[in-house]
Amino acid sequence: MSAIIELAGVRKTYRSGTIEFEALRGVDTRIDEGEYVAVVGPSGSGKSTLMNILGCLDNPSEGSYLLAGEDVSRMSEAQLAEVRNRRIGFVFQQFNLLSSLPAWRNVELPLVYAGVPRAARRERAIEALTRVGLADRILNKPGELSGGQQQRVAVARALVTEPALILADEPTGNLDSASSADVLALLDELHAAGRTIVLITHEHDVAANAQRNLVIRDGQITSDELVGAAS
Amino acid sequence: MNWFETVRAGVEAIRAHRLRSALTMLGIVIGISSVILTVGLGQGAQDQVKQQISALGSNLLIVSPGSSTSTTGMRGGFGSASTLTLGDATAIADPSVVPDAKRVAPTTSTSRALTVGETNWTTSVVGTTTTWPDVRTRTLSSGRFFTANEVTQAANVVVLGSDTSTELFSFGSPVGQTVSVDGTPMTVIGVLAPSGSTASGTSEDDQALTPISTAMRLSGTSTGSVSTIYVEATSSDTLSAAYQEINALLLNAHGVTADAADFNIATQDSLVETANSTNKTLTVLLGGIAAISLLVGGIGVMNIMLVSVTERVREIGLRKALGATPSVIRRQFLVEASVLGLAGGLVGVAIGYVGASLLPSLINQPVTVSAVATFGAIGTALALGIGFGVYPASRAARLTPIDALRSE
Ligand SMILES: Nc1ncnc2c1ncn2[C@@H]1O[C@H](COP(=O)(O)OP(=O)(O)OP(=O)(O)O)[C@@H](O)[C@H]1O
Ligand SMILES: [Mg+2]
Repeated sequence: MSAIIELAGVRKTYRSGTIEFEALRGVDTRIDEGEYVAVVGPSGSGKSTLMNILGCLDNPSEGSYLLAGEDVSRMSEAQLAEVRNRRIGFVFQQFNLLSSLPAWRNVELPLVYAGVPRAARRERAIEALTRVGLADRILNKPGELSGGQQQRVAVARALVTEPALILADEPTGNLDSASSADVLALLDELHAAGRTIVLITHEHDVAANAQRNLVIRDGQITSDELVGAAS
Repeated sequence: MNWFETVRAGVEAIRAHRLRSALTMLGIVIGISSVILTVGLGQGAQDQVKQQISALGSNLLIVSPGSSTSTTGMRGGFGSASTLTLGDATAIADPSVVPDAKRVAPTTSTSRALTVGETNWTTSVVGTTTTWPDVRTRTLSSGRFFTANEVTQAANVVVLGSDTSTELFSFGSPVGQTVSVDGTPMTVIGVLAPSGSTASGTSEDDQALTPISTAMRLSGTSTGSVSTIYVEATSSDTLSAAYQEINALLLNAHGVTADAADFNIATQDSLVETANSTNKTLTVLLGGIAAISLLVGGIGVMNIMLVSVTERVREIGLRKALGATPSVIRRQFLVEASVLGLAGGLVGVAIGYVGASLLPSLINQPVTVSAVATFGAIGTALALGIGFGVYPASRAARLTPIDALRSE
């Protein structure tokens, strides 16, 4: 298996005024293609910071990050945008849907920036919504959907570009247990289809869905173990 | 993301905030419509002047006493009708002296009271010669003009302007009737057709013409001085030659140098120019005020775009996370601002046109809206949108996706 993520000595320092805070203090890890990894740790341990770096939304202050063998720390903003668009699908805790657009328009957004023609976009968006079980909610706006349904729209948006890597930051954080189970089942499905999944959570039963758990504490990985139905 | 999609997204974003967008556009709308109207008013006034002056006749030179070359003040001859004489007119009419003059019509003009029965009407009584209708390209609607014989004999005959005629004779044909001019009874022999100049309030249709000899007899003068000599050149090409010839002739006849000329020769073009120079000042002034309101409108667009960027920080962050490059975001906001500007411009032009069609009947001023002004206004509105959209758009483009996503 080839590595999709390689982190070496990654540090992240936040500066606000004269105050500096080191959220990541030297993270080294490697995640292979097709792995399903859960990142767990207490609040404030640096999980989201790590996720932002993995998602090319933020640059590490120090260290290197190779995404599918490419060094992203040297890329321009425009290049990073393209990498995010083609390789990564995001699922956020707050769903982050655009409330003015119907479900399918939210799902097609990444395809807009990929330059896919409109007709093909619509088709693929509907296909993705069908996959997450929302074929009958295509025209509903986020406000007309339940939290669980909204998060499924977000999952559909993450998978519509067929990205190799799916990053989910507390995707079940705002959901009840039934909706959480739906979303986790979808992630299992995507994993079965060969996607690499990095799931951030602080719930241990959610983390148990993954094959591998990375425990992070005070900006450092303190434990890296295979769990559950490891393959 | 191609241009079509970007424009579509811009229109969608604007429609998402209908009221706010409408209020933002209002500034541009007001600015553009007032530019259209002020430019239209200025243009209309100029067209009116042009029409009035061209209604004087064609290929015309207008010789009047006084000097326009003096910068130190009016010369004695100005308006006192003492420097131009019938003799001058006769000399100009001599083809061996001024070969490029086709016809010459000297005129005198005095305000007099005309009476028919109980009806009194004060108008300017113009004394002239038989060439007047040809020189001034005027026709008669009834009767005839006076003859050379009547001029020689200083006959008591009068030709009335159309308005004068209606004022004095409310019914029946005036031709053959008698009108008293400052007490002297005169026979109406003809009535002029309306001048065709649409502008009201001109004296072209309110005057009474008598043989110049009759007019001089009424005034009791024997000096033969005239107030204006109208000269028709043989063609538009010979206009300047005729100008030179008349100028040389009169300088010589009056024994003065060009610097001390006691007469003034105007062409129709020079009259239009003089009249328009004041109009232009006014147009520029009003246009300047309109331009300032446009500027304010542009600042309004910028303000709203900045609010919009702040309000949509999260959306911008999300779009960036999903693959929007900074230039795509910049373009999206620029297009949004331009659509606001353009829409404001189009509405403004529409309102300007409505105003231009209503205004003339309200303030009795013609308004001419030209295609140049229209497209200029629309272009300006678009440029304002773009110009004032640049800063908000680049602010949006510079947001980092992470800061944008984190904001609540
Ligand atoms: N922009 C920032 N400026 C300053 N400090 C920051 C910034 N972002 C995060 N931090 C700090 O970095 C640390 C790690 O934050 P991070 O959001 O990664 O935690 P987390 O593990 O995701 O926590 P949670 O489970 O509560 O989401 C925290 O102490 C936080 O206060
Ligand atoms: Mg977090």
